[in-house]
Amino acid sequence: MFGRMIRGTLVRQWKKMLMIAFTIALGASLASAMLSVMLDVGDKVNQELKTYGANIKVIPKEASVLSDLYEVEDGNAGRYLKEDELGKIKTIFWAFNIVDYAPFVNAKSTLDDGSEITVVGTWFNHHMDLPTGESLDAGVASMRSWWDLKEGSWLDEQAGESADCAMIGAEAAKKLGVGAGDTVNVSGSSADKQLKIVGVYDAGGEEDSEIYCTLDTAQELAGLDGSIDSIEVSALTTPDDELSERAAKDPSSLTVAQKEQWYCTAYASSICYQIQEVITDSVASPVRQVADSEGAILEKTQLLMVLITILSLIGAALGICNLVTASVMERSQEIGLMKAIGAHNGSVSLLVLTEIFITAIIGGVAGFFAGFGFAQIIGHSVFGSAINMRPMVIPIVAVLVVIVTLIGCIPAIRMLLRLRPTEVLHGR
Amino acid sequence: MSLLELKNVYKIYGELHALDDVSLTVEKGEWVSIMGPSGSGKSTMMNIIGCMDKPTKGEVLLDGVDIAKESKKNLTNIRRDKIGLIFQQFHLVNYLTALENVMLAQYYHSMPDEKEALEALERVGLADRAKHLPSQLSGGEQQRVCVARALINYPEIILADEPTGNLDEKNEEIVVELFHKLHDEGTTLIVVTHDPEVAEVAQRTLVLRDGKLSKEIVNEHFTGKIRFDDQNPF
Ligand SMILES: Nc1ncnc2c1ncn2[C@@H]1O[C@H](COP(=O)(O)OP(=O)(O)O)[C@@H](O)[C@H]1O
Ligand SMILES: [Mg+2]
Repeated sequence: MFGRMIRGTLVRQWKKMLMIAFTIALGASLASAMLSVMLDVGDKVNQELKTYGANIKVIPKEASVLSDLYEVEDGNAGRYLKEDELGKIKTIFWAFNIVDYAPFVNAKSTLDDGSEITVVGTWFNHHMDLPTGESLDAGVASMRSWWDLKEGSWLDEQAGESADCAMIGAEAAKKLGVGAGDTVNVSGSSADKQLKIVGVYDAGGEEDSEIYCTLDTAQELAGLDGSIDSIEVSALTTPDDELSERAAKDPSSLTVAQKEQWYCTAYASSICYQIQEVITDSVASPVRQVADSEGAILEKTQLLMVLITILSLIGAALGICNLVTASVMERSQEIGLMKAIGAHNGSVSLLVLTEIFITAIIGGVAGFFAGFGFAQIIGHSVFGSAINMRPMVIPIVAVLVVIVTLIGCIPAIRMLLRLRPTEVLHGR
Repeated sequence: MSLLELKNVYKIYGELHALDDVSLTVEKGEWVSIMGPSGSGKSTMMNIIGCMDKPTKGEVLLDGVDIAKESKKNLTNIRRDKIGLIFQQFHLVNYLTALENVMLAQYYHSMPDEKEALEALERVGLADRAKHLPSQLSGGEQQRVCVARALINYPEIILADEPTGNLDEKNEEIVVELFHKLHDEGTTLIVVTHDPEVAEVAQRTLVLRDGKLSKEIVNEHFTGKIRFDDQNPF
């Protein structure tokens, strides 16, 4: 009987029910699209950050304290890192996650015309044979792969004739009027050098007014044999979570087991910690700007999506509210009759709610699949990747549909409860 | 004890006294007609007796229970168990068949029973129309389905508010004939009508005017049993 009545209304009021289903489908599709994108893209961006790797900067402890105290960057306060410890970086627990690194030493020099220039000594494609039997070519050739080579070629350390060779930034090259194959005279604090330019690069930053040469050459210029100013490390890391954030604030707050877990997870902070263990008097810290700003944009985008979802659900609730109320009004005589022949409020409400919920389920399922389609479109056009279906989206969308439908039904049910048979049965 | 007793019942809408000090008694098995001009309070009285409305003042005793004091929920139960309703506009659910419309009353009363519902349709002579939708039935047939629906749960009292108002003479006769049968079986009937011919066949006719009972006519030809207490003889 109940089923027969439900079917009767659904068939008879199919246009209205279709509209209700459509309204719910619209709300559900937006909700599921936004949720899918939100849940999946968050992970995607994290994954990307992870594969790009966090850059870790290692500087001498004194320099770090000074720059913290005075917020000045210049002068390493006479303290340096030791060049002969560089190989140890590939011996830490997370050695395999260290994909690249390079030391830097700055030699403040003067040119022939008396103007100042920074000559930076570093690795370009420094070859290392590791104790594990593997070998690694590390240096700026891969770590600064975005540098745009304007002329000549990258400095090749493995080609033998690399001493006194150098690469020059585009701005400095323009100022000096030199190009690949020319030479530049520089005088450092302890030696003078004639550098042979092998390449001109455009880095789009302050490096463009600097000269890059081998570590040995710069050390000779500055008289800093065996010393380096800083190390940059590129490592694959696990995205930070609550544990790593606590460890970063205060490692001593962790229990032994937590510390173990932290140490054995490739967090940027635990890798930093391990680098500090092998490089004497050093401070290693992740360079976060890029990751943080991307994270902030992601958060804002997610907030926007949440707002869109909420607004679309409110819209759906209002739409349902109108349609269900109209449907109940249209059936007021029928409902009055049911009450007159002995139906209680509960059973009439149940009848109406069941109809609406059957409609809502149909609309919700259709909306869910449509939303999954939207998510793909958003994924491809905005984030450039497919969106994976998260099983979690299903229960969330289901709960949202139920809540929205219930809220939408409230006015109609109130009207239905107040409806008195005498008002509709005697045609006054 | 009388089946139904109204004692000084008032129904007041603002200034308007739709029922103004109405007192009446209906015995079990009686057939009573109610007449009166439009707006005289007939439907108002039927709604109160039918437990769909409460009086402003006064007592309404049905089987000794004062329904003026019952909760809404109890009123629904009393209506379901004791009262069969027939309306001028039929009020059938238009997507259910004749049979299903009868079964709807069973459904809200207790359990739908197809066999019993079919028997009820047989009693009103519509067994062959059981599977028809209301739109496929004539007005008279629709009203007979309503009679079947009203009697399906064996109510103590059937209330019909202008049951023949929308019917032609032939169907009117059929419905009145059905009332006769019900009366013979001992069902109490209260029938509101504009039609003197329909009113005449009852044992008693009450006339309402401006919310007051103005006349009571006893049909002597009916059974010969007279109970008479009015000051305005016919
Ligand atoms: N809900 C109501 N609100 C206000 N006035 C009403 C209401 N119901 C009935 N009335 C008034 O009460 C009087 C009696 O109505 P009713 O019982 O329907 O008359 P009848 O059925 O005899 O034609 C009428 O004047 C009508 O306008
Ligand atoms: Mg009336």
